[in-house]
Amino acid sequence: MSAYRDKDPLIHGIQSKIRVVPNFPKPGIMFQDITTLLLDPKAFKDTVDLFVERYKGKNISVVAGIEARGFIFGPPIALEIGAKFVPLRKPKKLPGKVISEEYVLEYGKDCLEMHVGAVEPGERALVVDDLIATGGTLCAAMQLLERVGAEVVECACVIELPDLKGRERLNGKPLYVLVESR
Amino acid sequence: MSAYRDKDPRIHGIQSKIRVVPNFPKPGIMFQDITTLLLDPKAFKDTVDLFVERYKGKNISVVAGIEARGFIFGPPIALEIGAKFVPLRKPKKLPGRVISEEYELEYGRDCLEMHLGAVEPGEQALVVDDLIATGGTLCAAMKLLERVGADVVECACVIELPDLKGRERLNGKPLYVLLESH
Repeated sequence: MSAYRDKDPLIHGIQSKIRVVPNFPKPGIMFQDITTLLLDPKAFKDTVDLFVERYKGKNISVVAGIEARGFIFGPPIALEIGAKFVPLRKPKKLPGKVISEEYVLEYGKDCLEMHVGAVEPGERALVVDDLIATGGTLCAAMQLLERVGAEVVECACVIELPDLKGRERLNGKPLYVLVESR
Repeated sequence: MSAYRDKDPRIHGIQSKIRVVPNFPKPGIMFQDITTLLLDPKAFKDTVDLFVERYKGKNISVVAGIEARGFIFGPPIALEIGAKFVPLRKPKKLPGRVISEEYELEYGRDCLEMHLGAVEPGEQALVVDDLIATGGTLCAAMKLLERVGADVVECACVIELPDLKGRERLNGKPLYVLLESH
């Protein structure tokens, strides 16, 4: 589901603030830059509010954000809905005991980590990131939460790149986005 | 200045949620882990509220957050005080045109980057991070803002390690922290 299809009038304002940077980080990639959205306090607030309206009062106790841009959108949502915020990080950043989930990149592998004990079995969780492309990172994030017995209610991103079919990699879990970019 | 010395009643709750992890990332370092604070919605909200109460209505138009833990505290503050959020990042993460500021580490150097055009001359800015140790990163952050003509009003951190004298590296700029750890 995407708010874009609902044609919410706020969406147009949000989309207009996202800057596309060609050939970053490498030739051929049209990078969706959300930093320009963060420079507009109203548009940034509208972004957070759209997620908060969807998730408030739904008994969600965990918002997991993917390093690093998920750290920008996740905490404001968590604070507003009264949930804990759980950072999911690149290897060796989190101190103490962690669990790791490996995932495949275009070339090679990467790894996402979560603190042991941050999430209890049975908790209802959201996964938040700025963008879903192939879905590899979001999929790894969901696995981490499910491995500790949490229920992933939904994945939430500002932007989806539908042509990369990331939605299909989420094992049937719902995905909610504000904006699609083709 | 620190809220700790002011003995705001919320401080004790916040401090009790910070976990110290010995020998991370290397032997001899007592790592101040704020992730356990983020697991307590009330304590996390109190943390943000203490900064918002201090900075609301002071004409601050920029909150600059240092990657990555400054991305957790900066955006909620920015949203509440109606300021833009500007991420300050490790090299090669920000797309498009950036300015860079190098700084010294214990062994070697690192670099912080900011988008060109994110901040206008004359804007009043805060710099936010989870912790100040030697002050090297905060100092680099302030330089980036000053180089584009902004006025750094204050640096704001959850935790200070006073024994490392980071406060003295801030070129006379004020520092506000919630907690000290000796």
